[in-house]
Amino acid sequence: MKQALRLVITSLLLYFSSGIASADSIIHRGNGAEPETLDIHRSSGVPEANIQRDLFEGLVTERADGSLAPGVAKAWSVSDDGLSYTFSLRDDAKWSDGQPVTAEDFVFAFRRALSPKTASDYAFILWPIRNAEAFSKGKISDPKALGVEAVDAHTLKITLAAPTPYFLGLLTHHMAYPAPRQAIERYGRQWTRPGKLVSNGAYRLAEWQPQSHIRLEKNPHFHAAEDVKTDAIVYLPTEDKNAELKRFRAGELDITEDVPSSQIPWIEKHLPKAFHSTPYIGTYYLAFNLTAKPFGDNAELRRALALAIDRKLLTDKVTKGGEIPALGWVPPGVEGYQAQQMAEADVDQKAREAKARQLYEKAGYGKGNPLTIELLYNTSDNHKKIAIAVAAMWKKVLGVKTRLRNEEWKVYLDSRKKRDFQVIRAGWIGDYNDAYTFLSLFKSDVGQMNPSGYANPDYDALMRQAETTLDPKKRAALMQQAEAILLRDMPLIPIYYYTTQHLVSPRIKGWEDNVMDVHPSRFLWKE
Amino acid sequence: MLAYTLKRLATAIPTLLLIVTLAFFLIRLAPGGPFDRERPIPAEIAANIDAAYHLDEPLPMQYLHYLGNLLRGDFGPSFKYQDYTVTELIRAGFPVSLKLGGMAMGLALLVGLLLGTVAALRQNRLGDYLVMTTAMTGIVIPNFVMAPLLGLIFGVWLGWLPVGGWGDSLRYSVLPVVALALPQIAYIARMTRASLIEVLQSPWIRTARAKGLSLPRILLRHAAPATLLPVISYLGPATAAIITGSVVIEQIFGIPGIGRHFVQGALNRDYTLVMGVVVFYGALIILLNLVVDLLYAAIDPRIRHAAAGRES
Repeated sequence: MKQALRLVITSLLLYFSSGIASADSIIHRGNGAEPETLDIHRSSGVPEANIQRDLFEGLVTERADGSLAPGVAKAWSVSDDGLSYTFSLRDDAKWSDGQPVTAEDFVFAFRRALSPKTASDYAFILWPIRNAEAFSKGKISDPKALGVEAVDAHTLKITLAAPTPYFLGLLTHHMAYPAPRQAIERYGRQWTRPGKLVSNGAYRLAEWQPQSHIRLEKNPHFHAAEDVKTDAIVYLPTEDKNAELKRFRAGELDITEDVPSSQIPWIEKHLPKAFHSTPYIGTYYLAFNLTAKPFGDNAELRRALALAIDRKLLTDKVTKGGEIPALGWVPPGVEGYQAQQMAEADVDQKAREAKARQLYEKAGYGKGNPLTIELLYNTSDNHKKIAIAVAAMWKKVLGVKTRLRNEEWKVYLDSRKKRDFQVIRAGWIGDYNDAYTFLSLFKSDVGQMNPSGYANPDYDALMRQAETTLDPKKRAALMQQAEAILLRDMPLIPIYYYTTQHLVSPRIKGWEDNVMDVHPSRFLWKE
Repeated sequence: MLAYTLKRLATAIPTLLLIVTLAFFLIRLAPGGPFDRERPIPAEIAANIDAAYHLDEPLPMQYLHYLGNLLRGDFGPSFKYQDYTVTELIRAGFPVSLKLGGMAMGLALLVGLLLGTVAALRQNRLGDYLVMTTAMTGIVIPNFVMAPLLGLIFGVWLGWLPVGGWGDSLRYSVLPVVALALPQIAYIARMTRASLIEVLQSPWIRTARAKGLSLPRILLRHAAPATLLPVISYLGPATAAIITGSVVIEQIFGIPGIGRHFVQGALNRDYTLVMGVVVFYGALIILLNLVVDLLYAAIDPRIRHAAAGRES
């Protein structure tokens, strides 16, 4: 009896412990949230973009290091006025069903992307194209008016409304991928299902079980298929960062989307070879509400609060993810741009705090008359820790009393939309590698996009001038001037420049850290 | 009995309607909408989206619209997971949740009854103390603590079992099922123990003993029905506890069940998905409570006869 029991237990253990090792030509990637959709024109998040980048290829594509490379377009020319782009497409570009990718597929895609019926919330990213804005707002109904034209099967001409130096970068966005007309017209909203989705990238969609996994398999019709070393990619939803870390440690994931910030010291000690922390094109900041008292008309007070924060202490002791203390708005590493900094960037923290006290008193506050403010942040351990630290620094340096207000994400967005806050925490990740994606936020005519309701005619004028300047150096100079104005007026307090954090198994090769945090699977393989 | 069942079913309809109505308006009271994002979208585009999802109609109209669709069995498209309808998501998620919950319930009953019986028979001896201490621990440690702990021990340190995911292999279900069943095992064990101790002291058991019947026969034939009554009436709350517990467990282990959809749906203001899950779970719980009551009647002759008395 006892022996039989022992036998049963042993065989059970053997059964359960077998089969953990997976085949080597599969890479398991943690991907954050469950994708909302795989429709290239309806998605708007990072998890979707990661998968779509493996499935599709635009006119221009990205290398392993995030730099631009010819994609479906093998070459292109730009007219002297910077308004018209002519692309010649590869002859061997094919859909995963074997049909050729033609200029017509792009025309179809751009029309669908911008159609009010598609109701894409990223449509505005294509607005540099002629008539795109009017078409997507329903003011023009004829799609032929759009500045996208198939000259022949392998030549595509795109005409812009105004010169847009970052236009080629925009073409790597999922909104600019070709769309498989054959699948979309046949299946309607169901076209993104496995077996129905037709794609033109390195991979094709094999399985999708919501909240479980998405499995991609190598697309044999891809023009560079022989260079794709990994046969299958499995994307797993990993909202819970602690669970993601555990699955990585158990060998169930080869690459994580993120790491829990509270575990970074542990990770640095125990998984140093797998830990990648890289500067990212994003800024974490606090925004003032300029449409109300006390910050609306008080730049000195805003500067005082900005200077009282010891950013180095914050990134070293609180966030601990290798973030870079920020004294400017546009992060360093943005192409062709000299990031600006606050005037006090070159003095030490003590001097900044002295200046802060001086400005604070000048603004009419002091020990007997302290400022009381409310700082709004959305639910997250990280934001909470930062808010507490900032409030403590304001208290210590200036004697400011801060009330912390915590709201769940959607409630927070609602308050932000209604400008129901005094100071709010926020973050901005650039849509493309150009300073304009940051600086356009503070133009006075962008509505709710402008987080603080900032309006300065000088700033607007410089930005308008930059928008129509073709020479990249002159354009960058104009935007740098605009940023300097911004950092003098201080409608926001930059805190740190983001970093991205991944755990990448040392067995994974071909991974290159980059500022855009793009890592196409076609360049990755497992040793 | 039939009339009783029908009557119970009839009262379920207004209950369900109340649940639907409350849920519909409550989730819309929550600030923020399904399409609010970090990046505010231009007004014209927001209008396009609202029109596409009928969110531009007045709220009472939307409510009637929803009720009408519901009557036709159409839960609508998910606002968040735009490629799927709510029906599809529930249909894909429910078998997973059912398997998880069913196994957890089965395990809880099996182990709970066994441990409870052992404890009762060994009352106030080492075995009893051991079982009751373990049970108490199972009750006081919440499963959002227990689940990651199990994952750490058996997944990361020992490497025996996967710490997340869901597959055809039973290996994936061991940790989540155990984590989900533990508190229920504890409750059932304590309940069985208390109930059995009481029953064992009753006159009819003494009679059975005096007749010289064997212990297994006494337990199974004479003590079991009376002992099981409180356990059965606990099955209703236990089901509810397992459903709510699975919401947490599915999140921790990354299991694609409907509990997970519910949490994500609420956070995302995915109105249709939350409504769908609420209606589905509401109907399920009403049904299960009915089943428990019928089961109770089947075991306890007093209840059966009372029901019959009302019928005549």
